Amino acid sequence: MDPQSAALLAKDIGAGLATIGVAGAGVGIGNLFGSFVSSVGRNPAARDAMFRDVLLGFALTEAVALYALVIALVILFT
Amino acid sequence: MAGPSIDALGQFSLTTGLGPLGRAINFTNSNEAMLAAAVIIVATFAIGLKARALVPGRVQALVEVLYEFVQNMCLDTIGEEGRRFFPLVFTIFSFILLGNLIGLFPYFFAFTSHIAVTLALALFVFVFSTAVGFYVHGFRFLKFFVPAGVPGWLLPLLVPIEIISYLSRPISLSVRLFANMTAGHVMWEVFAGFMLMLTAGLGVYGAIASVIPLGLNVALVALELLVAGLQAYVFAILTCLYLHDAVHMH
Repeated sequence: MDPQSAALLAKDIGAGLATIGVAGAGVGIGNLFGSFVSSVGRNPAARDAMFRDVLLGFALTEAVALYALVIALVILFT
Repeated sequence: MAGPSIDALGQFSLTTGLGPLGRAINFTNSNEAMLAAAVIIVATFAIGLKARALVPGRVQALVEVLYEFVQNMCLDTIGEEGRRFFPLVFTIFSFILLGNLIGLFPYFFAFTSHIAVTLALALFVFVFSTAVGFYVHGFRFLKFFVPAGVPGWLLPLLVPIEIISYLSRPISLSVRLFANMTAGHVMWEVFAGFMLMLTAGLGVYGAIASVIPLGLNVALVALELLVAGLQAYVFAILTCLYLHDAVHMH
């Protein structure tokens, strides 16, 4: 296999591997909203007070998934 | 072999506007979008605050809701000293919010999808909060990296970790906003590319089947609207949290 197509193959494989990192964010976000739902079930009055922290936690966890996505895009397109 | 490929990142390239004057000073579509965002914010506030009714009309109510939302965020996070930082936090929040929202419209440019813009904003917040910390506490601000109640033998391990996690703040702040915006726009472009490739490859059946990527794109518009507001809120509240760290040092 000539070096150029080998490089393209390696790029595609590398980008695919880098995308595995978003799985952790899926677990984290599901965990967060699961505990939000069960704590609202225990104490429905606390919902509005808690929701802002839930959004903040969601965005911070999503950011980690997006770091992995950025690496995948950098591998694929440069 | 390379079939027709989808050019996902070409939409983020800059073009110059305003004809020869724009080419002379390199006034790009990113600058146009920033100018539009600033004009919309100032105009909304000018119109909303002109009425000064005790029972607000629609524009005044919108302006008051935004003002109180950001002011409550500042006061809850930073405390009473938050009043001094409210103009900065409100400027950052509204600029990023409008930058994200303007990018949602077709053929418009989302200036927050460039790492240069978000890095500039995040570096400003980082340098400003560090400067506030040194201004308020002097050199005792360096005790921020030594958490209370830590045994002495753990310090040579803990302090470098604390310093590195503090220095990673501008990176995480900028990459979060940039990657959210870029990922959203890339997904739109990719699904639109799927629609075109289906129609080109399979003819009539492809055109009928391309309703599926179209439906996904419509759902993505709703998601991107949520993400636009959420990312502006997260940037603003993290700014407030960093200022809280600088002012209160714990």
